[in-house]
Amino acid sequence: MSFDLVANVAISGILTGLVYGLMALGLSVIFGVVRVVNFAHGQMMSVAMYAAALLFARFELDPFLAVAPVAVAFFVLGYALQAGLINRFITRPEHSQFLLLVAVGLILVNGLLMAFGPDARSVQVDYQLESFEFGDILIDKARAYAAGLAIVTALLLGGFFRFTWTGVAIRACADNYFAARVVGLHVRRLYALTFGLGAVCVAVAGCALTLLVDVTPSLGPHYTLLAFVIVIVGGLGSMIGALLGGVLIGVSEAVGGLLISPSAKSMLSFGLLIVVLLLRPQGLFGRRS
Amino acid sequence: MSRAALLLTGLLAVALVFPWLAGGYALSVGTLILYFAYTSQSWNVMMGFAGQLSLGHALYVGIGAYAAGALFYHFGIGPWAGLPLAVALAALAGVVIACLAFRFGVSGVYFALLTIAFAEFTRIGFDHVSWTGGPGGMFLKVEQRDSIDLVHLRGPPALYYYVMLALTAGALALCSRLLGSRAGYYWRAIRENEEAAQALGINVFRWKVLAMAISAGMTAISGVFFAFYNNSLFPEQVFNTGRSIEIVLGSVIGGVGTLFGPIFGAAVFTLLSEGATEALRAVGWEIPGSKGVVYGVVLLLVIVFLPQGIWPPLARRLGIR
Repeated sequence: MSFDLVANVAISGILTGLVYGLMALGLSVIFGVVRVVNFAHGQMMSVAMYAAALLFARFELDPFLAVAPVAVAFFVLGYALQAGLINRFITRPEHSQFLLLVAVGLILVNGLLMAFGPDARSVQVDYQLESFEFGDILIDKARAYAAGLAIVTALLLGGFFRFTWTGVAIRACADNYFAARVVGLHVRRLYALTFGLGAVCVAVAGCALTLLVDVTPSLGPHYTLLAFVIVIVGGLGSMIGALLGGVLIGVSEAVGGLLISPSAKSMLSFGLLIVVLLLRPQGLFGRRS
Repeated sequence: MSRAALLLTGLLAVALVFPWLAGGYALSVGTLILYFAYTSQSWNVMMGFAGQLSLGHALYVGIGAYAAGALFYHFGIGPWAGLPLAVALAALAGVVIACLAFRFGVSGVYFALLTIAFAEFTRIGFDHVSWTGGPGGMFLKVEQRDSIDLVHLRGPPALYYYVMLALTAGALALCSRLLGSRAGYYWRAIRENEEAAQALGINVFRWKVLAMAISAGMTAISGVFFAFYNNSLFPEQVFNTGRSIEIVLGSVIGGVGTLFGPIFGAAVFTLLSEGATEALRAVGWEIPGSKGVVYGVVLLLVIVFLPQGIWPPLARRLGIR
């Protein structure tokens, strides 16, 4: 097996991993602030993928342009979901919150199945078949654009949390729920805002991913688990950890699929998840709390 | 006779005569309800009694199903001999997972994710074990369907119904005994406040591992049943996270930690989802996914409006403590 082949696969894994990382970033932000584990995360992303695929089929809208309307819609839906449903569960036991989102996920994945059937849908654009060439290294244009979009979105989100008043207020809620209320922050509204932002990450990642994989309803649970693996390996609540975890899982799946067998590649991820949960529960890139 | 005993006797009587009154379809629904009631009762030992959320119980169903199924498939050994092996293997798996998790202080959501990870890991692993058929599945020989052959668990559908009824009744009796035993009190102490339980001198680690062993072993029995009832096993179908969630549904809808909750919950969600599927079929809308949407909506409504489950308020109304 040549070095070039492994390098090509690894680079493609890094780029896909960045998109995974953006999806996981949404999960990480929601957990870090709202302290609710979004078990419907991958299902939400498959809804975004369907939205992008349908917009393309109906209006020939490029998924990179579909990002804007889908992201806005997801922000509103995420805000509404948190404000209308999940906020009532903040003081409930952990398992009850968890199962609430399991229920939302069940409805989403089976709703998609009812509406669109089990068949795969895909998006075809010209630049999917083109690539950038660097000597023997070929990089798919679609994959490179998707990774670029993921990085830009992550940077924007990071900037929002760092430099805006609202972003700082959200971080205050994450640090200390009680103190945030004492200083007069409207914690529930900020929670809803956070869930909306997490949903935007999912929407952008979903639109980008439609260029890389065909979408089916059953993708949802798979991506939920993948997001958990990434976020826990990277460290729950750590933004940079989510992106790095995404890259790590992207590369390990791509190279593992090449060297071992494609069907066994997820075993690597779950094996890694088990080891990290046991030995380093704060994640590879997280700080011990 | 107390009201609880009266209710129980009534339910048992109805359940016993049910096969004579019901047609083939109703009997299969009845068997399904009992299957979910039993597995959910087993899961309840872990979550309802000891307070540890496992979302990977499909693992123990799968271990039980594959252990007994493989013995029958390769060596012609019947389910009764396979049963102890299935229970032992599943309990062992439970103990290993519990020891790892609790020794390393994994709890809450992280514990739930760990159980999912082990189940998924095993699912993909079984895809690569050719001895059990891999992803193509393992098929058990179906010979006689009319005469009753208890030794090989072969017979008409009513046989399976009664086996499942006996298992469900047994699990109810066992759980009732467990709750009243020393272990039951320790588990509930751990569930309510683990630090306080430890401060009282309870060996928290040991009792949590015991809960997992019992729960996993009980669940494996339903796996053996599953293998001989369906006669086909696929990793994707047996170990799927969706299967684990189905196991949870009965208890959550009926009432986590209660004895009758899993049974009522299993009946409610099975009847609702089967009823909805049938109603949709009647109007010519046979759509895949409708059952899952019903599961989701029922779970959502119960969790939002009846956080204790449907059984506790019902029990209060019936005057049962």
